[in-house]
Amino acid sequence: MSVRRQKLYSKEICACSIFGAMSRTGERFTGERVIRAMANMHHRGNGLGGGFAAYGIYPEFREYYAFHLMFTGDARAQREAKRAAEEFLFRNFDVVHDEEIPHSDDVYVRDPPLLWRYFLSPSKHGEDIHLPDDEYVVRKVVHVNSAIDNAYIFSSGKNMGCFKGVGYPEEIGRYFMLDRLYRGYLWTAHGRFPTNSQAWWGGAHPFGLLDTTVVHNGEISSYGTNRWYLEMLGYKCTLHTDTEVVAYAVDLLMRRQDLPMEVVAKILAPPTWETIDRMDVRERELLTTLRRIYGPLLMNGPFAVIIAQSGRMIGLTDRIRLRPLTVATRGEMFYISSEEASVRLISPSLDSVWSPRGGEPVICELDGRLKHEIAAPA
Amino acid sequence: MRSLLLPEFTISRSDSCDRCRACEHQCSFGVHTYDASQDMMISDNYRCAGCQRCAVFCPKGAIEIRPTPSFYRPNASWSRERIEDIKRQAETGGVILTGCGSDKPFRIYWDHILLNASQVTNPSIDPLREPMELRTFLGSKPESLSLSDMEAGTDPVLTLETPMLFSAMSYGAISYNAFQALAIAASRSGTFFNTGEGGMPAEMRSQFKEHTIVQVASGRFGIDAEYLNSGAAVEIKIGQGAKPGIGGHLPGEKVSQHVAATRMIPEGTDAISPAPHHDIYSIEDLEMLISAIKEVTNYEKPVIVKVAAVHNISAIASGIVRAGADIIAIDGMRGGTGAAPKAIRDNVGIPIELAVSSVDRRLRDEGIRERCSIIAGGGIRCSADVVKAIALGADAVYIGTAALIAMGCTLCQRCYTGRCSWGICTQDPGLMRRLNVEEAAQRLVNLLSAWSHEIKEMLGGMGINAIESLRGNRDQLRGIGLHEWELDVLGIKGAGE
Ligand code: SF4
Ligand code: SF4
Repeated sequence: MSVRRQKLYSKEICACSIFGAMSRTGERFTGERVIRAMANMHHRGNGLGGGFAAYGIYPEFREYYAFHLMFTGDARAQREAKRAAEEFLFRNFDVVHDEEIPHSDDVYVRDPPLLWRYFLSPSKHGEDIHLPDDEYVVRKVVHVNSAIDNAYIFSSGKNMGCFKGVGYPEEIGRYFMLDRLYRGYLWTAHGRFPTNSQAWWGGAHPFGLLDTTVVHNGEISSYGTNRWYLEMLGYKCTLHTDTEVVAYAVDLLMRRQDLPMEVVAKILAPPTWETIDRMDVRERELLTTLRRIYGPLLMNGPFAVIIAQSGRMIGLTDRIRLRPLTVATRGEMFYISSEEASVRLISPSLDSVWSPRGGEPVICELDGRLKHEIAAPA
Repeated sequence: MRSLLLPEFTISRSDSCDRCRACEHQCSFGVHTYDASQDMMISDNYRCAGCQRCAVFCPKGAIEIRPTPSFYRPNASWSRERIEDIKRQAETGGVILTGCGSDKPFRIYWDHILLNASQVTNPSIDPLREPMELRTFLGSKPESLSLSDMEAGTDPVLTLETPMLFSAMSYGAISYNAFQALAIAASRSGTFFNTGEGGMPAEMRSQFKEHTIVQVASGRFGIDAEYLNSGAAVEIKIGQGAKPGIGGHLPGEKVSQHVAATRMIPEGTDAISPAPHHDIYSIEDLEMLISAIKEVTNYEKPVIVKVAAVHNISAIASGIVRAGADIIAIDGMRGGTGAAPKAIRDNVGIPIELAVSSVDRRLRDEGIRERCSIIAGGGIRCSADVVKAIALGADAVYIGTAALIAMGCTLCQRCYTGRCSWGICTQDPGLMRRLNVEEAAQRLVNLLSAWSHEIKEMLGGMGINAIESLRGNRDQLRGIGLHEWELDVLGIKGAGE
């Protein structure tokens, strides 16, 4: 196959378990229960990928971007990748602290890469001076990931971090000692069932850009369309996964175009024309315009996704709800999960449990009431 | 001069013929006559166009029209067509005219592209039970939406209930009845028909306004401000797939009084469209015409620019978008025509499949794909072609030949004679009456609805329930029996890759 076509539209196919837990009051807790919940959905993955995103874990460095990097290949390649990446990072950022990401040698994982983290702030030069910090960081992250061999930045937000790798999620959780070393107010997690076996640490989920992370269960049939649209607007879809595409779409719509999540949900999973045509004029016009402009971002096909950002967690399924998603609350705790059993395991009694309707986002925000609490059927 | 050609068709009549003379009445080419002395029907094979009208209308089913079995000595270099073209030209000294799209066996890429379907990893969707959406918008789309000012940056668009429009066929080239049938069918199906370059009959304007695309071509027939405002969009026709670089010629015989009034020319005169627009010699000139049209129509109507698919089509398309077109219509080399020199029809241009894919990719690479929509036309034969065209990057398709066939056309290629026996491509009042407007409209509506159903089935199989998720989704396509370079141009992988 010619190189030109090889790059075109190759896509990994996978199915998954997803889970999210958030304390609406900002109470921080360890990953212990999240790991247990994921272990309960063991059979939804196949050991070829597991990962977590945790928010609020680096309060002492909350002002700084926390970069998690992996350096892959043999020992020499890892060293060379680290040298090249650091040369770039130190040139473009003020790094206030860096260290190896702690891990437990008691847990067996296959081919772990060298994992390192950096806390840093932008140090802009030349034309970059005028860029907003976030945009600057995004560009540098894209540069490292596309231009430096064997170096991959898999987490780049403030006061949050992604931890992921090849293995079952409970193994990855224990490998990174998430149950002991970190306390966060919001956790999301992912167990992966890819249909190809070329497992790669960077290919595990969550996928994140700045502090937005996505865990996703589904296969998006509109991938080709979504991808060309995002690539036209400057994103490079190098991982060939649906998750990456969702994350870029969220970044484009929320960060770059400043649209609220409620609107973004209507872009990713819009109501049907039948429903839209029955709405009152204002709503109908808004939704018609959204579909007209953002048609290429409609995520078609089965998916359930948990999107997390600092201070909020969002659950969303495709427009006709082809993948499972259960939402539950208990006190200030809020859960989103592929399976209710996992929630029940760590919180046997719940105040409410429901399955959101297709295309209806469930949005949970810190220090606020659940925006869509009302959506819960009695 | 006596013609030295063999007849193209052989007519045979079985004994069941009871000499009702229906064939004599039906044949518009004067093939059949009744010989009273022998009480027999006689046929002149030489005049037969092979339109099959007589065969269909013979009450006894007695007539059979077949390609003639007689032949010239087979010769790979000198085919029958080559020999006869030379003989014909030696007899007339003229350009060989023909109608319809090219019938040459160029590779039809549609037939080398296979569609995808969901299995296990994602579910297919059942269009009988789940909503399946084909609504399509054509026009320029802003890059982002400002919630505070939703009006801002929203250019006028066409809304289609199904991603198919009737392509330009002018009143004059086709009959009033056929023209009306297209208008009626477009309005009933929630889509658009295109006036072509022959103007829009005044009495049809108010009824079909919302479903009309009015065309401006190089002849500027029938154009004034009122005409430009009598449709939902304006199309500037630069070229046509069947005859890129060539103008048009409507012979005086087809310019009846009503055609003349609609075209604003004297009755019975030839209506000749020059090859280029004489006010467009460059892309800047196109830009000025687009602006002028937008000005006249108060910026309320999208402007379409229609071009033939030629070698540098992607660069041309990029220029057209930058010149301000809201929609670009690309007509592939298999596109139909009422009359074209055969040499042009069969040798100029490129297939629509390759053109639409490279235009879509070029516009994406330049980041301007959403500034305009793409309509692909010229060679769309079935619903699968529509699906493939959209997956290769089109927003919608134009159908012309398929619409004519739906009304009864048998592709006999004699449109340029004005003697269409099916009443489609003629201004002869007697022939025209053969086409029942209501019935023809119903056939067109049925065709669009049948194709729409099939498109929904194919989408459902892919696990897609809205047509916008198919556009440019080459992931859903694989090529078969194609060369590497062809796959590259189409931007698709080979089957099994
Ligand atoms: S031209 Fe048509 S109607 Fe006339 S004989 Fe031939 S097939 Fe029959
Ligand atoms: S429109 Fe009429 S003349 Fe032309 S090909 Fe069809 S049947 Fe023949």
